[in-house]
Amino acid sequence: MSADVIDVVAVAPDTPLEARRPLAGQVRGALRLWRTRIGLALVTMLVLVALFGSVVAPHSPTAFVGAPNVAPSATARLGTDALGQDVLSRFLHGGTRILGLGVASTALGLVLGVAVGLIAAYSRNFLDDVLMRVMDVILAFPQIMLALVAIATVGPTAWVVILAVGLTTMPRVARVMRGAAQPIVERDFVAASEALGESRFRIVFAEILPNVTSPLTVEASLRLTYSIALIASLAFLGFTTSANAPDWGLMIQENRIALTVQPWGVVVPAAAIALLTVGTGLIGDGFARAAAGIDRPRGEG
Amino acid sequence: MTDVGHDRPGPVAGRGGVKEAAAAITVEDLRVELRRTGHDIVADIGFRIGPGEVLGLVGESGSGKTTAGLALLGHTRRGVRIASGSVRIGDTDVLRLPPAALRRLRGGLISYVPQDPSASLNPAVRIGTQLLETLEAHGFGSGSDERRARVTELMAEVALPTEARYLRRYPHELSGGQQQRVGLAMAFANRPRLIVLDEPTTGLDVSTQAHVLTTVRDLAATHGTAALYVTHDLAVVAAIADRLAVMYAGRIVEEGGTTAIFDQPAHPYTRRLIAAIPHLGGRRELQGIPGRAPSPGSRPPGCFFAPRCSMHVPACDDGQPALREVVPDRRARCIRAEEVLTLPPPTAGRSTTADEPSTADAVLRLRSVCCAYGPVQVLHDIDLDLAPGECLALVGESGSGKTTLARSIAGLHKDRTGEILFDGHPLEGPARARAQDDRRRVQYIFQSPYSSLNPRRTVGQAVSRPLEIFGTARGREAEQKATAMLDLVSLGKNYLDRYPDELSGGERQRVAIARALVCEPAVLICDEVTSALDVSVQAAIVDLLARLQRDLGLSMLFVTHNLPLVRSIAGRVAVMSLGRIVELGTVDRVLRDPRDAYTQRLLADTPSLETASA
Repeated sequence: MSADVIDVVAVAPDTPLEARRPLAGQVRGALRLWRTRIGLALVTMLVLVALFGSVVAPHSPTAFVGAPNVAPSATARLGTDALGQDVLSRFLHGGTRILGLGVASTALGLVLGVAVGLIAAYSRNFLDDVLMRVMDVILAFPQIMLALVAIATVGPTAWVVILAVGLTTMPRVARVMRGAAQPIVERDFVAASEALGESRFRIVFAEILPNVTSPLTVEASLRLTYSIALIASLAFLGFTTSANAPDWGLMIQENRIALTVQPWGVVVPAAAIALLTVGTGLIGDGFARAAAGIDRPRGEG
Repeated sequence: MTDVGHDRPGPVAGRGGVKEAAAAITVEDLRVELRRTGHDIVADIGFRIGPGEVLGLVGESGSGKTTAGLALLGHTRRGVRIASGSVRIGDTDVLRLPPAALRRLRGGLISYVPQDPSASLNPAVRIGTQLLETLEAHGFGSGSDERRARVTELMAEVALPTEARYLRRYPHELSGGQQQRVGLAMAFANRPRLIVLDEPTTGLDVSTQAHVLTTVRDLAATHGTAALYVTHDLAVVAAIADRLAVMYAGRIVEEGGTTAIFDQPAHPYTRRLIAAIPHLGGRRELQGIPGRAPSPGSRPPGCFFAPRCSMHVPACDDGQPALREVVPDRRARCIRAEEVLTLPPPTAGRSTTADEPSTADAVLRLRSVCCAYGPVQVLHDIDLDLAPGECLALVGESGSGKTTLARSIAGLHKDRTGEILFDGHPLEGPARARAQDDRRRVQYIFQSPYSSLNPRRTVGQAVSRPLEIFGTARGREAEQKATAMLDLVSLGKNYLDRYPDELSGGERQRVAIARALVCEPAVLICDEVTSALDVSVQAAIVDLLARLQRDLGLSMLFVTHNLPLVRSIAGRVAVMSLGRIVELGTVDRVLRDPRDAYTQRLLADTPSLETASA
């Protein structure tokens, strides 16, 4: 065979970025959508409030600035709460905890869920059954009930909340990851790695994992949405790290009796939680659409 | 019926005006383009098919043959539209019809047989009901009794059982060949004037394929239906088509009688395409075609084939040549067509020789190897020796167990008994249980290069990874070795950072070959490595493997279902059927003088160019 007899010499001129860097392609595709941009704007705004709110807050979150349930005034721009504390200051301080716990517990759930899901999909034997049946058992209970049992037993410390929410997030992630990995493990490159004697750990996390990043990003934002809502609910039920700590969920619970008199103490934290979950939800939706290739102009795909 | 189209003077598209009663359908100046950019996918397509005639539309992947075939039904894929042209059946122009009328036409006057029969039949509806529905939808006959009679008649026509019990079956209870027959019955149900068949035998075994091809020919002839047979397989076309239209980069480059084209092509592309087909008759080296067909939007200003053409002259770049009549009943799109016609027939190639190898010092010995999938035993007592430096072909139809055998040698099939001796010592079942050096020296190349490369790894990573696993080289040294290996398979250094999605099927298979060879193996197992590739690419890959096997002194087990391909690469051939080796001998002997009944049938059913020109 002479050197020129080769089926291909030309380079495909317009290779889409999706082919080269799948994750970057998905991000770019998602950012083209308005829903992702709006979601990102909402989340950025609330993250900024959570991170720098305590710096700009006019009062200490636990200082008494006036009579309880007073309407907005010059000293308390959003009025006071049931104990006479400044609603604005408590709102500005109260985002850190919900966001920190939400991200940490989601991260834990993702790491465990990815590991369980991929190992189950790759094993294709009794281990698959055992792992997934354990996941099913956890799934059988409502997430908030398991979290309540854990917190009621051990106490509402930060790591218990993270563990409880993270562990109940795990089976949901595991199911999605197993489903996404199942067609991948059947492909020949996995068999090729086995024939070369590649370790199981490397096959699962270096060969298979990079092929399921699209559903993983979608799942990550979806789970973050749920975790935030769950942690807010726990706070609303009174399970916070300390009794009078500033927390959006707790604020709703404390001030709900005075809703008709001084609505700001409930409306502001409730709106913040709503916008945060809607924002992460929109981002997740954008990523999902970019991954699925919908919303593309006709004829492109 | 082979003469239906041959004796008539060749129709010339674009002339129009003269109405011939004989022409069942006339396609003129058809152009299909991308909605977004306006680049044409196919253009200037014109041909006519007489009643009962089969026109073979041949082309490699991306040539636009399926697009052209679907356009005949007034259908396009998403994002694509029919820009101009006409498809006339009698007085009806299919492309001018409103959607409702077009729907009535499809399945009635025009019908379509898709590539994958299992996807086109409704899995939840019994086949008898599906056939009845097709008839009802187009108001066939006057009542249900007449329609039922027609269903029975149809089943008989496609050589399927006619009893009621069989008609009550669901599609999944039928084999692939039977499903395709039901697809054919459906397509012929309303006695169409035109039928478009889109590679209907691609997924079928050769013997099933032979039956389906005969059925199509007979049905078209008896009903006087014009048939357009779209395919990439020249050997299949030789067996079925009266006339041939060869497509390249969205244009018909040659058209004429099948036998005449195979004997003496008038376009350089047709010539190269024929030279790339393996022959049963004579051992020869296959010749691939350099370069890649230009895609819509990046086609050259002159003749589209010019950049790849060995007969290229400067005048070729001055505008697109017209499809013109070169000799009676032969049109070609080449300015040098007259010269091409005078060249010696393309079948003459260099020949290689092979002796019967001595298996006394075999590098690989299989002794009573049995394999099973759960309770089903698929391999029975296989004994086989592979001599050092030998290429042994393993041939069989799907389900014969040839892939299972290959995979068990590579350690990818665990459920095995019997002994596989490599260099005198036994190999464990699973690859993971084997010694590192055994894993390195027995390498396996997979059937589909689309599945065997991790889409998230660059070519460089894929080829250098085995070096890291076996501790041969790391970092820069591994990269250098990978580059050298890519060079050996005719891929340059600039491929290192590419991802598989950016490569064509042939390029990917070269990467897979490089990944296997970088391990410096003693035994190379090739499992149907060309079955997912175009013929011109297949020729290049087989040529590459044959050269590497010779130069590196590899022992090779070449698994294939393509009997003619065996001649171009192997010295000995083992024929497998139902999990047993039924015949083993030198390629010359087995193909010339097959002793086993199964081999004889396999040879007889294999479509080949020899039968076409005979």
